[in-house]
Amino acid sequence: MREGTIGLYVHFPFCLRKCLYCDFPSYAQKDHLMDEYLKAIKVEVDHAKAKINSRRIKTVFLGGGTPTLYHEEELAQLLDYIKHSCLISDDAEITIEANPETLNPRKLKVLMEAGINRLSIGMQAGQDRHLRALGRIHNIADVERGVDWARKAGFENINLDLMFGLPNQSVDEWLESLGCAVKMGVEHISAYALIIEEGTTLYELVEKGRLRIPPEDVERDMYHRGVQFLKSQGYIHYEISNFAIPGKECRHNLLYWQNKEYIGLGSGAHSYLQGHRWSNYADICKYIDRIYEYGNGIEQCEEISLSNQRFETIMMGLRLNSGVSKKIFRERFGHGLEYYYGDVLENLKAMGMLIETETSIYLTAKGMDLQNSVLLHFME
Amino acid sequence: MLFCSLLIIIWMMDFAIGKMNFIHIVHYRTEFVKLITASTAVISYRLNKFYATIFKGETIGMSNARQDKIRNFCIIAHIDHGKSTLADRILEIAGVLTERDMEKQVLDDMDLERERGITIKSKAVRLSYKDDGEEYILNLIDTPGHVDFAYEVSRSLAACEGAILVVDASQGIEAQTLANVYLALEHDLEIVPVINKIDLPSARPDWVKKEIEDVIGLVAEDAPLISAKNGIGIEEVIEKIISSIPAPTGDEDAPLKALIFDSFYDNYKGVIAYIRIKEGKLKVGDKIKMMATGKEFEVTDVGVFKPFLTSVPELRAGEVGYVAASIKNVRDTRVGDTITHADNPAEEPLPGYRKVNPMVYCGVYPADGARYEELREALHKLQINDASLSFEPETSVALGFGFRCGFLGLLHMDIVQERLEREYDLDLVTTAPSVIYKVVMHDGTKLDISNPTNLPDPAEIDYMEEPIVNAQIMAPTEYVGAIMELCQERRGTYKGMEYMEETRVLITYELPLNEIIYDFFDALKSRTRGYASFDYELIGYQQSDLVKLDILLNGEVVDALSLIVHKDKAYTRGRGIAEKLKELIPRQMFEIPIQAAIGNKIIARETIKALRKDVLAKCYGGDISRKRKLLEKQKEGKKRMRQVGSVEVPQEAFMSVLKFD
Repeated sequence: MREGTIGLYVHFPFCLRKCLYCDFPSYAQKDHLMDEYLKAIKVEVDHAKAKINSRRIKTVFLGGGTPTLYHEEELAQLLDYIKHSCLISDDAEITIEANPETLNPRKLKVLMEAGINRLSIGMQAGQDRHLRALGRIHNIADVERGVDWARKAGFENINLDLMFGLPNQSVDEWLESLGCAVKMGVEHISAYALIIEEGTTLYELVEKGRLRIPPEDVERDMYHRGVQFLKSQGYIHYEISNFAIPGKECRHNLLYWQNKEYIGLGSGAHSYLQGHRWSNYADICKYIDRIYEYGNGIEQCEEISLSNQRFETIMMGLRLNSGVSKKIFRERFGHGLEYYYGDVLENLKAMGMLIETETSIYLTAKGMDLQNSVLLHFME
Repeated sequence: MLFCSLLIIIWMMDFAIGKMNFIHIVHYRTEFVKLITASTAVISYRLNKFYATIFKGETIGMSNARQDKIRNFCIIAHIDHGKSTLADRILEIAGVLTERDMEKQVLDDMDLERERGITIKSKAVRLSYKDDGEEYILNLIDTPGHVDFAYEVSRSLAACEGAILVVDASQGIEAQTLANVYLALEHDLEIVPVINKIDLPSARPDWVKKEIEDVIGLVAEDAPLISAKNGIGIEEVIEKIISSIPAPTGDEDAPLKALIFDSFYDNYKGVIAYIRIKEGKLKVGDKIKMMATGKEFEVTDVGVFKPFLTSVPELRAGEVGYVAASIKNVRDTRVGDTITHADNPAEEPLPGYRKVNPMVYCGVYPADGARYEELREALHKLQINDASLSFEPETSVALGFGFRCGFLGLLHMDIVQERLEREYDLDLVTTAPSVIYKVVMHDGTKLDISNPTNLPDPAEIDYMEEPIVNAQIMAPTEYVGAIMELCQERRGTYKGMEYMEETRVLITYELPLNEIIYDFFDALKSRTRGYASFDYELIGYQQSDLVKLDILLNGEVVDALSLIVHKDKAYTRGRGIAEKLKELIPRQMFEIPIQAAIGNKIIARETIKALRKDVLAKCYGGDISRKRKLLEKQKEGKKRMRQVGSVEVPQEAFMSVLKFD
């Protein structure tokens, strides 16, 4: 997906409540800004058109926050607006993230008709007590119901987000959560290790000793057994934390992992185009102000040197179990991987971290577990 | 002596009439001891002067009219008692610097010195002062106070006739004060006590005066009470200088004898030597000879410091100034050496010259092996102005190519390290400091070893000796127990204890130098809540049961971590180091065994577990830059690591492994 194509991300920063573990740019109790925000997005679309040019948008991702906090008509209208401003592929993958609390049959139907063909629901855990502990506003039952409605509305591509390594979570509970998700017959599962991010409520609680997270050994156990389980259920483990029925990999996220280009709209959104990365203000008001003043909400922009581009390609590519394609790398950078990283590859292979085939390089299970250390070898 | 006899009589009388009990006896005993010490000091001091004056030895003469208007003096004090501030004030009054020129503590002119509040190089300043219509020339020689630089201090003292002793009114006499006073007394200087910091609420000037009289044996009744910080009493000090400190003497027409008490390298003039003319005179064009090395030079400039270099036509006996003679190397102007004329040389050099020897060594390696040349350049450049720094190339299996550097002491070592890192922007790995051990082999060969890796096979060693120092520690009496405990821990031998007054005590211990070499001072401070002060001097070598302690990482000896320790200490040290390394070395992709060994025997072990998880669970568009930067930072951090075999070891590990207490 080079020159002719691009991905589009739109951010919706509003939430009903802030979950204890969340460090995304999302906010509760800012509903009064929702209308203004939507208007600003449209202004941003107008100005972004020039950057997108005549490229076809192959993937659209409406993320957040909780995009489904908006009324379905508003969302449909926005999508329409984008379609009329830019070229969206007929077979584009268009995803919306949803919180089960904010779903209802009608909404799902309208969204389906508007062109959204993939639904990503934040399930997080298969036990209500864990959901409570994380500060989620829904139950397991809500998720099951939401998936049911989505099927009825016609969605054939549903993802569930799940987390392991939760405070007081046992390995069995984790497997139970996965089982629950699989039972719902979803096409895609994202299974993340809980990251205690600085600045979140969970961080404080753990720091104060009020919550204990599972030790490293247990956490790794959860991960590896989870992977085993999902594979046994027919899911392809295609990225460190992502599993899909064959053919149902998330094409939008693949753009990131293949280090391809995308435009991000909305507060806190990131973009990558022509060797530059830039991001918008995370603060909603600042974003809106800047949009009206400059037509864009850019807070900072960075030029990515060729050597950094190479590194990023490897950094992201090795997250995929299929790794980095030698051919694509050579086409992009002019020389093959051996040219830049000959010794490194030999070293890593000797350490049992990496496997090299004729067509690609990818990490072993051990290499995946210690990926950061492995990546340092690729850095000058 | 009369006093003592009287005291004994009174004592016996009191005892007889039953006035005394045990406490009294103790009190009298300490008073008695103090008196003996004081009397001895005073009497020997006075006798010396008496003898000198009566018999008019070679070095004592009469001052001529010109010399009569000169006073050469220095300021001695314990750290932080106000030496530099007083120096500043004296300069101010003599109008040497304008308000604008004044930067805090001008005589300490390097940043580093300002930070540590210490003087590293001595300086001299010539001041003019009008007293009673007469114009006097006052030469203030600023001296380093630290024990590491004792030799330089002693040569600076030799250039003076008097010394102002600054004592903090709230702290009283400290270990360093005493050390410096004895040094000054040895050089026959007239000591003018001055009591500083009287502005502080805790100031006890009368108590301090009494201390000075009792402990040192100087008359302190008329000691000026000053506050250097606030500029109070400074004039009184200057007047005391003029009235109490004798004028210099020396025959202008005798063969030249000029004492070098310091030198530095100037880019334009070459090496500039600070000199005190003892006999004769010196001017531009003269051919001079260095008596210690025999080297000859032609004088290109003579002058004085005001404080900046100011040329004069001639320097004559009794004066302090500088000489420049196209000298390329500071090693040609040795501190303590005598300069004389090539064609009319003096018969004997001035006394006191001594070759300076390093006391402490450590290995200095560039963190990045590629910068070895830069390190060498930097050491060369430092050496240009530091004749006491020595270095020679050395290699280590663990650390690569580097240097074994010799220093006068720990402070000297710290300073050089910081200068290398700061002024030359070098990232260094330094090994733990070590002393010079004397090794005697069975076949009679004698070796001096400072690098543990060079220690020969124990089977061939007959015996070993280690350097011993005499340490004087001064602290409030409530810490006596803690101090004695610390010294015993460090294999010290108790030598004695003296009460300064009811609440303070001076404890003397003989300690092996390698026991105090790293963190003794810190340990002392922490056990005495900062109240103790400490000074030491090398007294010789003593046979000792020493062994080589090796550290193995992943089964391989890391030569840079090897230590020579006393066999009684080997186990605790070995265990301590293994534990410390376990803390400092980050987990790596495989398990790392750490072992401490003596010869083939493993005496301690620890294990660092392998890393199991080092991966970011989520990484999408917005995370890419942040993640890359994080990895970049980690990579930078790794640069501070040394690859030792297959293990990555942080630089800090090599040095901090010895921090215990």
